[in-house]
Amino acid sequence: MGSIYLTDNLKMCVIILYISLIIITAGAYVLKFLKKDASNFITRMKSFWIIVILFTAAFMFNKAAAVFFIMLISYLALKEFFSMIPTRRCDRRVLLWAYLSIPIQFYFLYTGWIVMFYLFIPLYLFILIPLRMVVTEETEGFLKSCATIHWGLMTCVYSIGYFAAYLSIPNEINPAGGSVGLLVFILLLTIFNDFMQYLFGKIFGKHKITPKVSPNKTWEGFWGGVFSTGILSVCLYQILTPLSILQSAIIGFCIAIAGFFGDITMSAIKRDMGVKDTGALLPGHGGILDRLDSMIFTVPLFFHFIAYDFNIGILN
Amino acid sequence: MSNLTKEDVIKFLFFLFIVKPFIFWVLGINVRGLEKIPKDKPFIIAANHNSHIDTLILMSLFPISQILKIHPVAAKDYFCNTKFREYIFKTLVGIIPIERIVTRQSKENIFRDINEALKNNHSIIIYPEGTRGEDNTILEFKTGVAHIAKMNPDVPVIPVFINGPDKILPKLDSFIVPFISDIYIADEEYYDNSSTLSFTHKIKQIIENMYLEHKKKETL
Repeated sequence: MGSIYLTDNLKMCVIILYISLIIITAGAYVLKFLKKDASNFITRMKSFWIIVILFTAAFMFNKAAAVFFIMLISYLALKEFFSMIPTRRCDRRVLLWAYLSIPIQFYFLYTGWIVMFYLFIPLYLFILIPLRMVVTEETEGFLKSCATIHWGLMTCVYSIGYFAAYLSIPNEINPAGGSVGLLVFILLLTIFNDFMQYLFGKIFGKHKITPKVSPNKTWEGFWGGVFSTGILSVCLYQILTPLSILQSAIIGFCIAIAGFFGDITMSAIKRDMGVKDTGALLPGHGGILDRLDSMIFTVPLFFHFIAYDFNIGILN
Repeated sequence: MSNLTKEDVIKFLFFLFIVKPFIFWVLGINVRGLEKIPKDKPFIIAANHNSHIDTLILMSLFPISQILKIHPVAAKDYFCNTKFREYIFKTLVGIIPIERIVTRQSKENIFRDINEALKNNHSIIIYPEGTRGEDNTILEFKTGVAHIAKMNPDVPVIPVFINGPDKILPKLDSFIVPFISDIYIADEEYYDNSSTLSFTHKIKQIIENMYLEHKKKETL
């Protein structure tokens, strides 16, 4: 399992990302200098810098480091999820089994055993979790407990596992950006979409989409996000992906919509659990799940779009 | 810091390389009010007690340079029942053992070690419940913490509420399941020259208020 192939296009993209981050951070400090209230924005940027630097460092060396890094993220997210939901005392062993599924799942990802990656959580853990739970013979809240634990595994281990699944895509499919290029493409698009939806909503927002789930989301913000993400997708497709211009426009729109739904789904869960943030790991953002909410939907979606388009997937 | 013993070095390394990474990365904590802990004077931390993890979490809150000055007060009959356990807990965690059964002879010097530690600018962690509660309940408080505060009127008592370790490692279980814990730190309290009973009650009230505040946040 060798090193990760980084193309020149990809390196250039990462450098541009860093430059734009520096410009945005400098802008935040200028606002602060002009006595505007930007402290929340600055804490957000600081957390964001740490995330970006850790990500770059993890993907610079080899596959093992990158997969291990994603595994840590997955563990932190699952821990956050289990701390947020109500759990039964008798399910302690079940939760331990759920945690132990993480290294197994990432072993499949590391070795590129894609079929087992596809099946392990959705099928085997779907059987193993209730199997372990029924042994304790506590029937009160049984279905609810099964369902919440499996939901946590699907979001925090299976979906986040797709970050590492991109490394199994053969580099020949994507001469421009390599396998990591596809991952960078989807992450850039998702984060850009989050930011643009927020920005358009802040400036033009009037008509609420989901007043009960997430009162900050507006139709203006949504359409602003969809179109600007589509535009960014069309700008980046030649640099990072093997897609055609039409495909990249379609996927840009799809990612924006999926990202929006990922975001409000996590909002609905937080509202159900009665918490504002899923955690406090990232100052300014909240928990790690608050940051990953839209990626839980977009990253697997884009992976399967690529897999479908280029006939990769279940057979290799 | 010139006369470091071998035990001090072991405790320092144990917390730096094992306990702190474990608490911060494997478990995770969410602290509110960390700035309320005094930096340059001794203090008494009074917390609710549900799990052995409580002590490790509380001791991880302080900078590593202070770790040799923090001593949890621990039940002599439980932690020091064999010579080996006594050595392990005294070395690794730096506990101050205390008798839970007060006899006429022991009454005078029961707090001797604690008073001495506080005089030497060291701080202590004490669980006024005297034992671990089950299922995240807060038991009746014993008055020991008030007696210590009465004997050391210039040392503040800091009430702390911890939520979570009862899920990580409950009293009647033997394996750890990771969860994020919440820690609430209240303002410092000095002994107010009322009775030890009412001071104990006051500390309990503060901790219970933090518990209610946490519950309210959970069922928003």
